This record gives sequence, structure tokens and C-alpha cells, in this order.
Amino acid sequence: MCRLRDLLAATNGKGVRIVGTILEGYARLQAAARERMHERIKAHQIEIHIGDATCENAAGSLEVRDEFEKLIEASGRTDIVIKKTGCTGRCSAEPIVGVMQHGKPPFKYQSVTPEKVRRIFTEHILNGKIVLDYLLDKKTKNEYRYQVAFYKNSTYCGAEPFDALELADAGLRAAGLGETDVKLSLCLNRGLFISHCDVQYYMIVFPQIVRYRIRSRADLEKVIAGHLVGGMVVGDLVEEEDALFDRYLTTYADIEFFSKQTRLTLRNSGIVDPESLDDYVFYDGFGAAARVLDGMSPEEVVADVKKSGLRGRGGAGFLTGLKWEFAQKAKNPRRYIICNADEGDPGAFMDRSTLEGDPFSIIEGMIIGAYATGASQGYCYIRAEYPLAIQRVEMAIDKARAAGLLGKNILGSGFDFDLEIRLGAGAFVCGEETALMHSIEGRRGQPRIRPPFPAESGLWGCPTTINNVETWANVPVIFLYGADWFARIGTEKSKGTKVFALAGKVKNTGLVEVPMGTTLRNVIFDIGGGIPGDKMIKAVQTGGPSGGCIPVGMLDTEVDYDSLAAIGSIMGSGGMIVLDEDSCMVDVAKFFLEFTMSESCGKCTPCREGTLRMYEILERITRGEARHDDLDNLERLANLIKKTALCGLGQTAPNPVLSTLKHFKDEYEVHVRDRRCPAKVCKKLIVYEIDKEKCIGCTACARVCPVSCISGKPKMVHEIDKDKCIRCGQCWTTCKFDAIRKN
Amino acid sequence: MSAHDTAERQYTLDRELQAYISECRGKEHSESFLISVLHKVQARYGYLSQEHMQEVAELLGVPASTVSGVATFYHFFRLQPQGKYKVSFCLGTACYVKGAPAIIDAFKEELGIDVGETTKDGLFSLEITRCLGVCGLAPVVMINETVHGKLTPASIPALIAGIRKKEEAG
Repeated sequence: MCRLRDLLAATNGKGVRIVGTILEGYARLQAAARERMHERIKAHQIEIHIGDATCENAAGSLEVRDEFEKLIEASGRTDIVIKKTGCTGRCSAEPIVGVMQHGKPPFKYQSVTPEKVRRIFTEHILNGKIVLDYLLDKKTKNEYRYQVAFYKNSTYCGAEPFDALELADAGLRAAGLGETDVKLSLCLNRGLFISHCDVQYYMIVFPQIVRYRIRSRADLEKVIAGHLVGGMVVGDLVEEEDALFDRYLTTYADIEFFSKQTRLTLRNSGIVDPESLDDYVFYDGFGAAARVLDGMSPEEVVADVKKSGLRGRGGAGFLTGLKWEFAQKAKNPRRYIICNADEGDPGAFMDRSTLEGDPFSIIEGMIIGAYATGASQGYCYIRAEYPLAIQRVEMAIDKARAAGLLGKNILGSGFDFDLEIRLGAGAFVCGEETALMHSIEGRRGQPRIRPPFPAESGLWGCPTTINNVETWANVPVIFLYGADWFARIGTEKSKGTKVFALAGKVKNTGLVEVPMGTTLRNVIFDIGGGIPGDKMIKAVQTGGPSGGCIPVGMLDTEVDYDSLAAIGSIMGSGGMIVLDEDSCMVDVAKFFLEFTMSESCGKCTPCREGTLRMYEILERITRGEARHDDLDNLERLANLIKKTALCGLGQTAPNPVLSTLKHFKDEYEVHVRDRRCPAKVCKKLIVYEIDKEKCIGCTACARVCPVSCISGKPKMVHEIDKDKCIRCGQCWTTCKFDAIRKN
Repeated sequence: MSAHDTAERQYTLDRELQAYISECRGKEHSESFLISVLHKVQARYGYLSQEHMQEVAELLGVPASTVSGVATFYHFFRLQPQGKYKVSFCLGTACYVKGAPAIIDAFKEELGIDVGETTKDGLFSLEITRCLGVCGLAPVVMINETVHGKLTPASIPALIAGIRKKEEAG
């Protein structure tokens, strides 16, 4: 393995290591990018941020952008510009529009439509009056001049801890300032970027974006009097450190959904223009790669990744550094690296968001990985269901190559690495690494037995390092902020953060990134906002078809790889589906099994035949045709498949069944014994009845019934013949008076 | 097939595709481009016909059995002509929990066809797809490459009528 200094020596021909030339080159690249960005910012009074991602577009962001473009043109203003961003992960409030104006705090609008655009444009953009009704999360009642975000240091070691929000509120009132002047918010950070333990809070004041160190009450009072009341920056308390989180919180600090998160993987998604290399470089993009190529040997890179404790975010949670080390030590000099972007778990979409919203971060992570493992060719395997992600990554690769960040002699380091996209074609099993590599080779995506592991024999028999999107996106963070810093986040054995795709029966659906060890309750209630309606939460499904259902009693589980495995689920890729009282756990298990059954590649018998037999048993249970020994057989078969299937897909396929059998056995038993579905989901087990109090005899149900089992005269109470009823539920859907009851 | 036959052979794949395939054939591990080639053929013609698969095999230099094996293995590849508007129902978990089955029923009823079929006018075809990754807006369907979110059964007739109207207007 060539060390970087040897490469450099070879390139300059003098045998002298030129320390820092690569970093200098990068500094020039960044200075130029920043110059262009500053020019752009200076030239425009107002920047309108509009999300452009599959989810944003589905919610109508393209129409919103068209409307803004029309209005800007009609107004003749050349100082208003639209910036395209990825998705912020706040799905249920999309399309989101941010209005960034010099000298004003950032204002964000939610669920924007072309009609709303017209009002926002006239009132806010042209006349400076905020449209309070449309603001994101609607918690703001007034306009305000300053916005203040506090970051609490969880590792504070000084005396006299105090509540900054309370103190600031009292201080502002005493000074005669109210809600119309200052908006306060508290952000969680878990001590991530506060390097001094005697600092109790960081405080950022918008719109000037000044960071203060608050050690004591006196410090806080000084900032209130000096900056918020007096309008002058308090110089001696200013903190210069430009933290990783700033970029997100500069825009979203006042929105609880974001301020309670810790965004490492999603540091740029929804903030940068995903198609702009300048924007990525502006926020230190490719700085980690430059640092690695400038002064580190591949062995040192691997050592740092090991030290960081980063584990694969794709599901199994294998130590990334160890995986890289295996490849590094392999004998064959020809090596490959792969980004697994075949995000197949139904319910997970963090990889799509990253690919669409921050494609350069994947490229940068892969450059570092390629250098560490000695690969000169990489592949990004993206599923065909993600057309926009493919387009964005293609564009990013082209731009990086044009800027000398991919290809021969990257940043003048002498290191060569290039990247190609390969498309999936709709096979869930291709998320399994050996199947994925077969697919890249142009073959059927069927897995093979390991060992040999890919690190030894992968693509075309060469040592291959394969990591998923989220893992690659974390790599630059480790080298920008340090392995030790990274290892401070999370739990003892699971370091860093995890992105969860929160969906199902929860108010704030979207992407949530939190440190490992955060409880499910924090994620679902504090960030997710709880369950819509008056419904009760019943369970949380994590890890997709390979994961399990966690009952409500275990919501205080601190989520990491090991704790989830201990309660019969898995982290998986981070899908988190909330189920409420209206969800039938047997039906959910059947849903996942139907998925794995039809996605089984057919190579090994336990998976091909076993999942089918399990599905048949579940079919019987949900149709009221269960036999007395079905539950025992189901469990036995599940355990058998788990032990004998060839690949990860088959071995984990029984998990949804096993975990529901473990935690919701009574629900299965009611289906089998009483032929009843307590959640009233399994159609064949529902008995429809007419509520005599509510029926007004409109005859709508009788007319829609396909087997004419509903009788009754007009304006008289109707009746259902339960023996003739085929339980299709059409009467229930049709009745406008809530008079059909399910039992 | 002899060399002479190959020279005489007239291909029905368009020139651009033929050029792409010969470019792939010149590269290292040329057979690894099979899936990319099939994607391009399907994007151009809407599905993979027997004839086109045979031509791909010849032009790329891989056995026809391999092409057929790959085309039938992956769900994304269609072996039958599709409607002009390909409606793909997302059957991911979030969509399922939020009522995707009722959305599928609504489409089936409105169009009078089952999943896997195409309407007589060739305008619509229905198919199931795996998670589209737009779970926050569940339930969703993708019509060609556009995702429609937060659907209800009641919103389907208007959605279809909108497309029909656009078609009639040409």
C-alpha cells in the first residue's frame, strides 16, 4: 500500500513530502466557492428557499416555485432569488418555504400552495409583514425582531445551573421587551460541541447570528442588556467556534421538530442547494477528504474510523472501521468500494433524502473510504424507484469530476478514484451485499453463502468494501470534527446518531436524527408530536420487514443496536412506523410476511417455501379458519427459518411474526379462539350491525350491498342478515350517519 | 449465429440504443451493463419484448437465457406493453397502515381493471411497487415519475379525470 507521502514524492519527483499542499489547494477551492456564494448573497436582498425533493414535489413544491417565479418576474425585482434545497425531513408540513432576508430572522411557512404564495409574496416579501397564519408549526403569534436560541451543555460542570429560558424571559420583561421583540427557543445538543464544561449555554442571536458563551446569570444579563436592548454586540462573550449544527439551526432553531434533533447525517439536507458544489464546499464540504489526503496514511484513516466507533447504518451494525481494515489488508491489489443505495425497506426514506438533498457528502465519504481501502473504482447502486436521487447523484459526480475531486490525481494528491452509478431494478433482496454485487455484475440478484466476505472476495472476486448511504454520509463528519468527538455522541457501544423515518400514525411524520440512546418516547412524542386524534399508541415497528413490533410498555427503551436486538426487533435501516389502536398486529405481521415472501429470491428452501407456509397460516388466522395448533406451528416454523435460511433476508423474515407473537400473543389468541379481530381490521372477522338509534332509513346501504343482505323500508330502521353478509364493508363506507357498527 | 448472419442482421432497437450497447461492449466487464441496457430499452419502448431481449443478447454478447433470467428476476422490468400512464401503488408499510388497499380499490373501480392490467384505450395500467420513500405523505401513488401524496379514495376520480382531460386536450 502506497502511503500518501510516497504518492506525493512520486508526483513531484524530488522525494520530498510537501506537507499542506493539498490543504492549500482545498483552501483555494473553498475561498473561490465562498466568494461566489457571498456575491450571490450580497446581490440579493431576499432569498426564498423552496424544497425540491420527491416528497416536496409530491406535496406541490413545483407549483409553488412556478408561482414565486411568476410573481418575482412581474414585480420586476432583481434582488429576490429562489434557492432550491433538498428536503428538511419535515414531511407532513411540506411544501416548506423559507424566507431569508438581510437583517431579519428566518421565517418558514408550511403546507404552502400557490394561493398562499400570492399572500406571502404581497404581504411578506413586498411589504415586510409576516403572514402569521401560515408559519411553520404555527406557534408564533407575533412578528419579532430578534430570535434567540439557547443550546444547553449537558456536560456542564460549573456551579449554579439555571434555566436560561426563564431567566431570559424575566430579563426581557424587566427591560420592557415582549414577544413582539424577541422569540426564545431551547435546543438540545447533549454537549456535542461545547468544548468547555464551564460554559452552561451557547446562545445564538438572530438575525445577526452572533454566538455567545453563557457561563453565568451575569453573562446572560449582559447579553440581554447589551445586544437585545442596546443593539450592540457584547464582544467579550462572543464565541468564534463555527459549530456543525449552526447551519441547520441558523434556519430552524425555533422549530421544535428540528431543535430537538442532532443532525450529523442530515447536516445539509434542506439547507444546501443539492446541485451546487459551491454550496457544499461553503460548509466545509470536501474539507474532510482534503485533510485525509493531505496528511494521513490509509492505516491512520482506518484507525480513526475504528476509534470513532461508527457502525454500519444499513442494518446489521457491523463496525465500519473493522470492515475497512479487512479490505485494506486483503492481498489482491485491485479493490472496489460500493455505496448501497438500494433502500428497500418499506417505510425508510432517509437515504433517498440524503441522495437527493446532499449527494456530495456521499461522494466525499466514498473518496475517504476508497483511499483507506486502496480502491480506485467505486459504484453507487441506486434503486430504480428513486429517479430524482439518480439524477442528483449523476449530476454531483459530474460536477465533482469537473472540479478535480474525482478522477485522476484528486486535489493534486496523486490518488485516483472514480465513481459510477449502477441501477437496481426492484428487488428487495439486492440490499443484501452479495446479492447487490451480483446485480452490479449484471446478473440476477441472488445472495451467496458468506464467507468469503466481500472484504476478501467481492465484485469480480476482488476485495470490496460496501457501506450504505447513511454510513458514507457520516464519514466526512468524523474527519472534520475528529474521531474522539464523534465517539462522545451516543451510547457505549453505538456511537453517533441514527436517522429514523418516522411514519404511520404519528403527527409529525418525517426524518428524525437523534443521538443513539434516545428513547422511543422522545422520538415519537417530543419530536413526532404524538398520535393524531384521540387514539392510543399501541406499538412501534422498527427495522422494516426484518424488524419487530415493540409494545407501548417498552417505549422508554433507549434506542441503539443492542437494546433493540434485546427486545426482539432491530435497528435495521431506521424505519419507524407508529401503530395505534386501529392497527391489528396479526395483520401487520401478515403484511410484512407477504412482503418477504414475494421478495424471496427463491434460492434457498427455508425462505422460499417456509415464508409461504407461514403466510398461509397467517391467512387462515385472519380469515377465521385457524386450526388449534396453528400458533405452535407458526412459531416453530419461524424459528426454523431464522436458523436455516441462507441470507439476512430469510434469517430475519420471521422477526415481525416472532416479535408480535411474543408481545401480542393475546391478540393472536382472540383471532384463533374467538374468531374475532379486536382492532376490527381483518375483514372476514368483522360482524356488521346497524345501530337502531342512528339509522334514518336512507336505504344507501341496502343499495350498495352486493349480496342484498340488508333489508328495510325507506325511512325505517334497516337490518343486516349476518348469515348472508360477505363482510365486504361497503355499507360501512357508504353510511353517512355512522349507523353501521363493526363488531 | 454465424458472423455472416450478424453482419446481415437488421435490428429493431433504435440507433441510439445500439450505439449505447456497443459502447458498453467495449468496456471492461461489459456483461455488467446488462441491467443498465434493459433499463434504457424499457425507458424507450415501455417494456421488454422478446425480440428486443434477443437483440440485446446478441449486441451485448451475453446468452439470451441470461437476458431472460435477469429480465424476469427484477420486478421493475415489464414483459408486456404498459399504459401511457403507469400507475404504481406504493405498498410500503406507512402507506399500508394509512389505507393503501382502499386507494387501490378506488383505482380499480374507476378504471375497471385489475392490478397488472391495462385499460382498453391503452391509457392506464396498474401495478404494485415497493416503498417509494415518500412515507410522510402516505398513502401515495406514482404515476409515471410523478408522486401523488395524501390520497383518499374520494380523490381518485378527480385525479384520473384530470389526466384524461389533459389527454383529450392533446
